Amino acid sequence: MAISTDTKRGRALGRTASRRATEVVVRALVFACGWLAIVILAAIAVFLLTNGLRSIDEVGLGTMLTGTSWYPTSNNAQFGFLPLILGSLFVTGVALVVSVPVGVGAAVYLSEFAGRGFKEVAKSVVEFMAAVPSVVYGLIGVAVLIPWVRTTFQLDSGMTALTGGIVLGVMSIPTVLSISEDALHAVPESLRQASLALGNTRWQTTYKVVVPAASSGIFAAVMLGLGRAIGETMAVLMLTGNAAVMPTGVFESVRTMTGTIAAEMGEVVRKGLHYSALFSVGLVLFAMTFAINLAADLVLERQRKRWRR
Amino acid sequence: MNRVQRARFAEKVAKTVLGLMAVIVLVTAAAVFIYIVSKGYRAISWEFLTTRPLKLGREGGIGPAIGGTLWLVSLTAFFTLPIGILAGVYLSEYAPRNMLTRSIRLAITNMAGVPSIVYGLFGLAMFVMLANFKVSALSGALTLACMTLPVVITVTEEALRQVPQDLRHASLALGSTKWRTIRKVVLPASMPGIVTGSILGLARAAGETAPILFTAAVFMSPQLPRSPLDRVMALPYHIYAEVTSVPNWSENLIWGTALVLVAGISIVSVAAGVWRSIQRRKIRW
Amino acid sequence: MVNALNVELRTTAMPSLVMTERENDTVVAADASGSFTLSEVSVAYGRDLVIEGVDMYVAPRSVTALIGPSGCGKSTLLRCLNRMNDELGNVKVGGRITLDGQDIMGRDTDPVELRMRVGQVFQRPNPFPMSIYDNVAYGPRTQGIRKHSELDDLVEDSLRRSALYEEVKKNLKKHAFELSGGQQQRLCIARALATMPEVLLMDEPASALDPISTQQIEDTIAELKSSVTIVIVTHNMQQAARISDQTAFMLRESMEEPAHLIEMSETKKIFTNPDDKRTESYITGRFG
Repeated sequence: MAISTDTKRGRALGRTASRRATEVVVRALVFACGWLAIVILAAIAVFLLTNGLRSIDEVGLGTMLTGTSWYPTSNNAQFGFLPLILGSLFVTGVALVVSVPVGVGAAVYLSEFAGRGFKEVAKSVVEFMAAVPSVVYGLIGVAVLIPWVRTTFQLDSGMTALTGGIVLGVMSIPTVLSISEDALHAVPESLRQASLALGNTRWQTTYKVVVPAASSGIFAAVMLGLGRAIGETMAVLMLTGNAAVMPTGVFESVRTMTGTIAAEMGEVVRKGLHYSALFSVGLVLFAMTFAINLAADLVLERQRKRWRR
Repeated sequence: MNRVQRARFAEKVAKTVLGLMAVIVLVTAAAVFIYIVSKGYRAISWEFLTTRPLKLGREGGIGPAIGGTLWLVSLTAFFTLPIGILAGVYLSEYAPRNMLTRSIRLAITNMAGVPSIVYGLFGLAMFVMLANFKVSALSGALTLACMTLPVVITVTEEALRQVPQDLRHASLALGSTKWRTIRKVVLPASMPGIVTGSILGLARAAGETAPILFTAAVFMSPQLPRSPLDRVMALPYHIYAEVTSVPNWSENLIWGTALVLVAGISIVSVAAGVWRSIQRRKIRW
Repeated sequence: MVNALNVELRTTAMPSLVMTERENDTVVAADASGSFTLSEVSVAYGRDLVIEGVDMYVAPRSVTALIGPSGCGKSTLLRCLNRMNDELGNVKVGGRITLDGQDIMGRDTDPVELRMRVGQVFQRPNPFPMSIYDNVAYGPRTQGIRKHSELDDLVEDSLRRSALYEEVKKNLKKHAFELSGGQQQRLCIARALATMPEVLLMDEPASALDPISTQQIEDTIAELKSSVTIVIVTHNMQQAARISDQTAFMLRESMEEPAHLIEMSETKKIFTNPDDKRTESYITGRFG
């Protein structure tokens, strides 16, 4: 018996060196992959910056950010981002008007009032909505919404900030809805019980206790919906008409930051000034979404800590 | 009305309004679904799915676009799965609790929020130009891989955390090393979650247009790419290019293309979900 | 008789040269392996000292029970013996622990090798999500055993020793999760035995089981002690009295001070005529 253990140990000992070597190699590999996310994120920022450097040098970041005209291909080229930034904000504003009441309202209903069956169905439906590619939403907008906007508001063209914004709003509903619902779901059941036991109705409990308790999470949901809407490309590109002028209302054609990059990058001279300016637009876009997402993250993190015991 | 009646009335109103919001969501989704199917089903035929487009896509099929999308997605999976899974393993099994790990997590959630067009710019600068892979399936797939990476990492970490600590200890107590424990016990036990979550992420990647706009896509190509360094047609890009740059594009064929894309994504996602729930029934902690 | 059976089965699993040497060495070697000596062992979680100054001798081929109120560090002490505390992080172990005279806490002792010699059975049954066969074969495969015949023999032998074989022999490919809780726990014992450890650590192995399954586990332990050293943590004092040869009583008298080993001697003596007042109070149920 002792011998059998000895043979066994001999065998195991013989493998020790190779086993340790494997462990070291694997460890290094796993650590490298783990850190890759930071590397990629940093690389994105660095590449946007280095490729945008020429336009920042020649035109100046301040001039670009405050410039009101975007004429990238004329002889006296102008690279003012303001029409694009405002275009993005107009479209995003409309999107929020659509997605926040519907998304948050539906989330409250699903979390506080709906039965289990309805909830299950709604969940798969929302997953489906999130899975439909943006180019397909764009196509639906082209076929349905553009004619509808033109006839309803009696415009010359149906390609407006409103058109893009409505479709974008529908597209961000899944984000707003599911993250709000998570936040509401995280509110401990005991809080609801306590309020109901005090003689409050379900609705009183909801608006006095549950929603305030989940407010930071709902705020994060809105922020993430906003981030998603600002960064959306294909649908707005197909629906907003892409007129690069300073927008004054939602019934006009606008050109967003994302749409500008997508539409123009295909036709520019590589490494040219226009090319570089488009990277600077990308940098502004990246900075904006980064700030929005970071804010949402921090809020969510704080909320998670709150309910953890 | 006394207080109680008022409260009851308010409850009724609130419930109706909120319920209406939920119904709006359902109806919108149903409308989208029905619209795509009803406009697109007529175009579907074996010929449409397998032959190449003719007359700038006004006639013929979308064979090369389907093939191109499958190429892109397979290549994306090839890059993103091993790296993403190992990164998930790092976060769940190896990462110490410190600032570095916190910043990695922060980076991952932020990566998920970077606009897809920015990934497109990054892919253009990094893979197309710096690495000199040109506009190719490889460049596009690498770009999409960066984009899907946070999804794969997150689902892997979540799936690994579901595995009870006791199981790891049992393996270690049998004289297994940490890596063998992960490879033989922890990863197999969490495979359903990892695979399904990753498939959902890859299915989304199949529908992306912006990241491949200047890294991989070509408007017309008569056949499938012969190597990863060829440009490819892709379903979402095909829809975009037809609608925006072909006069008198064929509504029938483009809605057919949209249906193929949406149906493909949905079928794969649903199948993955069903498979996971079957697997979960087998493994219950 | 059981021992004879085991020896036979084990040798069939080994290469033939073992057969010739077996007759000379078996008896002597068997007596010398699987004994633990602990001297001045203390354990700290971070800065918090939880166990202090434990001296203990665990005789080979015996059953030692660790008893004491919950939170007295029994499980922590148990985990020192296969260095599983290493895996919890933030746990420091001081003092000296030797297995058959060899220091197991030194830097040059590989915990992975130690754990091949010192198996563990956990509080709750924790089979891997794979077949019965693969569960038992897991440890041997870790040691690099690949030959089917060899694995088959080891699996059968281990399942017999844990008294599960008759119940599962028809379908070893069955998923381990389809077994009952008691069967799962005996499977975990078989899994630990398959690496042929000299010592088996058991951390309240029956606490999650019904009385009948508990009885089966106790029977298994009684049969196993002729071939392995067993150290068992238990809450159940009747169980300790029934199955163990020696009993160690541990106590943490207040949360401000670490736990100590109060008394350790033959089980019969502990339960009939303990030296220490506190031991007596505990076993007669006055506190804990």
